[in-house]
Amino acid sequence: MSVNIIKLKIDGVEVTVPEGTAILKAAKDSGIIIPTLCNLEGLTAYGGCRLCLVEVSGTPKLFPACSTPVGPNMEITTQSDKLKEYRKMAVQMLLAERTHICSVCVADDHCELQAMANQLGVDHVMFERNWSQDEIDSTHDFLVIDRNRCILCTRCIRVCDQIEGVHTLDLKLRGKDSQVIMDLDEHWGNSCSCTSCRKCAKVCPVGAIYIEGEPIEHTKKRDIAEFIVERRNRR
Amino acid sequence: MEKDDKQRIMLEKVLKEHNYQESALLEILHRAQEIYGYLDKDLMMDISGSLNLPPSHVYGVVTFYSFFKLRKSGEHVVTGCLGTACYVRGVEQIMEAIEQEFKLKRGGSTADGKLSLLLTRCIGACAMAPNIVVDDEVIGKATKEVVTQKIREVLGGVKAET
Amino acid sequence: MEKECKVARTGCIGTCSVGPAVLVEPGDYLYQSVTPDKVREIVRDHIVLGLPVKDMLYKNEAYFQKQHRLVLRNAGKIDPSRIQDYISAGGYSALAKCLATMTPQGVIYEVVTSGLRGRGGAGFPTGQKWSLVARSHNTPKYIVANLDEGDPGVFANRTLAEADPHAIIEGMLIAAYAIGAEKGYIYIRSEYPLAIQTLQKAIAQAKAMSLLGEKILETSFKFDLELRFGAGAFVAGEETAILASVEGRRAMPRPRPPYPANSGLWQKPTLIQNVETLANIPLIVQNGGHWFSKTGTPKCTGTKCFSLTGKISNPGLIEVPMGITLREVVFDIGGGVPDGKKFKAVLVGGPSGGCLPETLLEIPIDYDSLTKVGAIMGSGGIVVIDEDSCMVDTARFFTEFCVDESCGKCTPCRAGLARLKEVFDKITHGQGEMSDIATLEKSGVYIRDASLCGLGQTAPNPVITTLRYFKDEYVKHIVEKQCVAGKCFKTRDEEELE
Repeated sequence: MSVNIIKLKIDGVEVTVPEGTAILKAAKDSGIIIPTLCNLEGLTAYGGCRLCLVEVSGTPKLFPACSTPVGPNMEITTQSDKLKEYRKMAVQMLLAERTHICSVCVADDHCELQAMANQLGVDHVMFERNWSQDEIDSTHDFLVIDRNRCILCTRCIRVCDQIEGVHTLDLKLRGKDSQVIMDLDEHWGNSCSCTSCRKCAKVCPVGAIYIEGEPIEHTKKRDIAEFIVERRNRR
Repeated sequence: MEKDDKQRIMLEKVLKEHNYQESALLEILHRAQEIYGYLDKDLMMDISGSLNLPPSHVYGVVTFYSFFKLRKSGEHVVTGCLGTACYVRGVEQIMEAIEQEFKLKRGGSTADGKLSLLLTRCIGACAMAPNIVVDDEVIGKATKEVVTQKIREVLGGVKAET
Repeated sequence: MEKECKVARTGCIGTCSVGPAVLVEPGDYLYQSVTPDKVREIVRDHIVLGLPVKDMLYKNEAYFQKQHRLVLRNAGKIDPSRIQDYISAGGYSALAKCLATMTPQGVIYEVVTSGLRGRGGAGFPTGQKWSLVARSHNTPKYIVANLDEGDPGVFANRTLAEADPHAIIEGMLIAAYAIGAEKGYIYIRSEYPLAIQTLQKAIAQAKAMSLLGEKILETSFKFDLELRFGAGAFVAGEETAILASVEGRRAMPRPRPPYPANSGLWQKPTLIQNVETLANIPLIVQNGGHWFSKTGTPKCTGTKCFSLTGKISNPGLIEVPMGITLREVVFDIGGGVPDGKKFKAVLVGGPSGGCLPETLLEIPIDYDSLTKVGAIMGSGGIVVIDEDSCMVDTARFFTEFCVDESCGKCTPCRAGLARLKEVFDKITHGQGEMSDIATLEKSGVYIRDASLCGLGQTAPNPVITTLRYFKDEYVKHIVEKQCVAGKCFKTRDEEELE
């Protein structure tokens, strides 16, 4: 099957990519990094965090770069005052949603949400912050989940289903009450299907899932990203 | 025990009707809830196994939709319609009156399990707002007097029978 | 007597506030608030003696005069449980016409000419949608009829299904023929037991008369139809969420593209259409697209059903030509606000619609005019609000609704709306600050622009419009700690008492 190679412009730079490539990937291949929290190459696009929204000329709508395919002659803007404002807003909403205190977090300094806030210059949160107090589940031998730090990006759920292939994890409830669960909302230690493969901890962008006793920089080493992409390509 | 077996046979029939297809999960959950009254973990595990779906998927679906119940509801169920028309026409005051008189909170049941108070977002009878459903009877243009009286009646009725 | 007179059950006539209603024909005599005793009087005087019982007749003539009933053509006229009634009213002749004399392209051409736009809310041109699905080479193709009327305060689709189920089925059959689909689903709310029953019966009857299944009307055309039940999720009415739900998953929307026309149910081309849109189709085929386009406005043809509720004298289900003004709907048909109270606002478009003040009542009802003032057509909910309601509390109520119904997938809708609701709670509890207004405005616009699906994109509408048209009430709440409707701070005292 031959794929059409098309030309388009991203931030004024002409780019040549196969038709159907996601904007995020097309931009990355030409050195333009669009911020994202829920996307992870190799896993299906989710479109949830809304940080990767970009402008496409000719329409007032904003498009998630992770899931929108490029089209011929598209003109895409990935940086603008409005987009920056909106990205800051998304980060503030995430920070206000649950309990995010960097200084006591296991992922301090290795947290994508923290890095994003710094990168975007989020110096205050315009909303009253919510301090959720969900019980930390440390019943598993070494995997721990602290849902108070979860940003519901579902990377863990997708990696568990799409790469490990067991689908131990999923979401329960909906809206602001959504939570990542194991099996029938069991404690992790009681999960029958979990293979303890650790991928969920490795892909977690924040400190919600981590490995007890393992240095965080080891857990969050980027080798998992390469592994996922390689597995995905092989399929 | 006998009753359980009968329920399981009915569920098996439903599963067969739908060819054990995963896409029929919602239909099967609807029917399972009709058969068992609510969906507990054993039942969800059973369905998950029968349809070859991950347990967390089934649990996620059940809890996403507000129609599915994880717990047994009271013998009598009062449902307040919290649709726009009912809200504008004061259903809130009726709900508060019910909560006070029968000592329960919305979404919960009385301590003796006789009465549950639920909420729904619109039953589509907006022109008759506010609406309260007591067991299966819709009370349109409801007032707190009429509704509390009706609830007293259904509760009293049970006592008279037993 | 039995030979001269027939007693029949029929679907909703629309005058819900004065039910139970009895219609005596010939002559369209509509009796209101009928009781068993009153029936005796009607039979004795009207049927036997031929003297209508004047003081029991429905008096509000304007209620029907300004209406134009296309979709609800059979509501109140036929017995919905009898397919024979539908056929004798001309039903299924449009399907026969398609199968006998028209090509699928010809059918699509008529729908394009009609100018019909989707009645589910967004107003996408129906003909264009059909061409997209028809053009796709991937098979099989599917149709999903959306009867997940989740908007609180809206019951047009329920009434349609209960009064004229075959109009929906015929519309689906014609659409299936036009786009080349062989399988369809009607996704219906489980909160509508009577509508479900009526449709189940109608489908069985249509199957028995080979209007569904193989070899429809002795042609090679085949189409199979199944009901799918919702389970209490407002978001399931969204185009991509309904697909997830029909497939048996959590009703979470996904980004588009890919559009369902190319990749819908099980990644196959899928046409998703509101049932009200579908009920228009037989008329368009029968009378031609050009005939249809003469009703309504040039850009917005045909009629729209509205559920008229709230503080209004004649609540009920109405069908009016597009382009009619809000004032005509609220005051002429609806009879204005009862009990001598003062009109304050009208909410157009359901929980994510806009709250419009009296000064905007002259705008015509069409997709574009409504969008311009911050409201939406939505699924056709019109709720009238009088002086007893507080606009801040109203906006809070709708925000709370959307918080409860958000699927939780995207940040703005999940995390943002919940924050908005907290700001509202602050204001209605007397702890508001002036900076809260800016927070509401700023995040409202962000949530509108950045959310993944229609729910999040429209959820801030009540917030944005009440801020635009009723800002003084917000200021009063914040500065003077006063609620003009006396609603807000009182509840706080009560809470403290408890």
